[in-house]
Amino acid sequence: MNKELKASAPTDSEIVLGILNNSDIALKKLYTTYFPMILQLIINNNGDEDDAKDIYQEAIIVLYNKVQTGEFELSSKLKTYIYSICRRLWLKRLSHMNRYGGDIRDFEEYLPVEEEDVEKHNDRDIQFDKMENALQLLGEPCKTIMEDFYIHNRSMQDICERFGYTNADNAKTQKYKCLQRLKKLFFQQK
Amino acid sequence: MSDNQLTELIERYLNDDMSHDERIQFELLRKNDAAVNSKLMEHKQFIGVLKQYGERLELQKRLDAIHEEIDVHALKEEVMVHPTWIVQLWRQHHSKISVAASIAIFAILSTLFFTGKLNNHESNFVQLRQEVGKLRNSTETLNRRTNNLINDINAKPKAVNQGNYRGTGFALSSNGYIATNYHVVTGADSVYVQNASGESFHAKVIYTEPQYDIAILQINDPAFKNLGPVPYNFKKGGSDLGENVYTFGYPGGEEVFGPGSLTSATGYHGDTLAYQISIPVDYGNSGGPLLDDKGNVIGVIRGLQTQVAGAAFAVKSAYLLKAIQNIPSDSLSKSLTLNNKNALAGLSRPQQLKKLKNYVFMVKVYNQ
Repeated sequence: MNKELKASAPTDSEIVLGILNNSDIALKKLYTTYFPMILQLIINNNGDEDDAKDIYQEAIIVLYNKVQTGEFELSSKLKTYIYSICRRLWLKRLSHMNRYGGDIRDFEEYLPVEEEDVEKHNDRDIQFDKMENALQLLGEPCKTIMEDFYIHNRSMQDICERFGYTNADNAKTQKYKCLQRLKKLFFQQK
Repeated sequence: MSDNQLTELIERYLNDDMSHDERIQFELLRKNDAAVNSKLMEHKQFIGVLKQYGERLELQKRLDAIHEEIDVHALKEEVMVHPTWIVQLWRQHHSKISVAASIAIFAILSTLFFTGKLNNHESNFVQLRQEVGKLRNSTETLNRRTNNLINDINAKPKAVNQGNYRGTGFALSSNGYIATNYHVVTGADSVYVQNASGESFHAKVIYTEPQYDIAILQINDPAFKNLGPVPYNFKKGGSDLGENVYTFGYPGGEEVFGPGSLTSATGYHGDTLAYQISIPVDYGNSGGPLLDDKGNVIGVIRGLQTQVAGAAFAVKSAYLLKAIQNIPSDSLSKSLTLNNKNALAGLSRPQQLKKLKNYVFMVKVYNQ
């Protein structure tokens, strides 16, 4: 049943190093290597290719964050780790959608406990959802100012020119007001 | 200091954008004013989330870009575990199949219900259980279970000289002793036997052996004359499976020859008293002789099993002989000597039957 998925797999440590260096090539290699495995898991367990994409990307993000925060130890094969995370996430989603029949068809071996990683990821996701909502509610031009300043690390000078503020102080005041509102919107959400 | 200014200070502090003096001053402020410190922590965390959110969006974008390059459709075909066509059929049409199946089941059940089959089957089943339980204990229930081969003509008025029940009997000796089944004559007020030429003689039940389902009659009619030597003899031992056997009797009032073979050494439900035989028998055959090819009487026809083709039963001749031995001597007004010369052996079947028919009687039973 289990088809051998042919791909020249890069070594695990190569990938981990690549992620630490924020290498695009390593990320791409990682992504393309293990996607078929997860696609196989999902579409043979009541899912479609979009579910596979969602689940797989979530798992990659979990791994990525874990590596970047230096918490990742290469104690198992990367393949097994990714498969386990995806399996966990998919089971969770299936039962959430009431589509879980109590049985999952496995294609790889997996580790039983990835709960902690998944939980952490979920908590973070909730924060990000709140942030996204808050930014949406904030509206323009505040949203762009916040993003430019805090996310893209643009200087106040740049922002001044972009939005046509006559002097930096005005821009600063505007930014401060925006930040206050953003905080308010963020913390208001349950 | 306004919030605005404080926030700016915090940002500069966090971004390492302060001069040495400013920094010391701010740290002092932070140390002395808890509100400032908590504001700093809160700001730091909030901006952290905001930055991480930005990073996440960035990462997501990169992943999406990579995903775009994968030919998901082709890959999907490759990794899909293709179920067999029957499973595919089921997945695609299971609702239709289920509906069709339910309708079919409903139709069958309602047909059974309305034709009464359902009820009949149920009651038969219950009856069968009860009977099987009783059967092991008593011959009488066995008689009821295996259809008694008595022709029930209750509908006819009593006065008509037909008898209320009819069976078959056969001569044991030339002087008028006749064997039949106990269940044929049970409850009889009077018994007549009628020979092949239509002459009736009054007979008396002189001995019964209910457990073997055997009854011995004696013709006590003045019109009766000696039959002449009985052409068959009685087999003491058992007979083998597969032997050709036949019977001769009066089912429905006519003399009928029934050929067949011995199919089992035990009768209904392993009853060791009886043989199972495959012979066409009907109501009225009860009490008739069962003979083998050579003309030995090997049993007495007794009953058949309903709903099973070719399963009739005959009491083994050994039990007939036992019953004869058990007759108390004061019941016998004449001597009952069994013939041990076989005049049928070597004759062809039609000739055997010609001889035989003078010794096989219709037993007519009258009761109130």
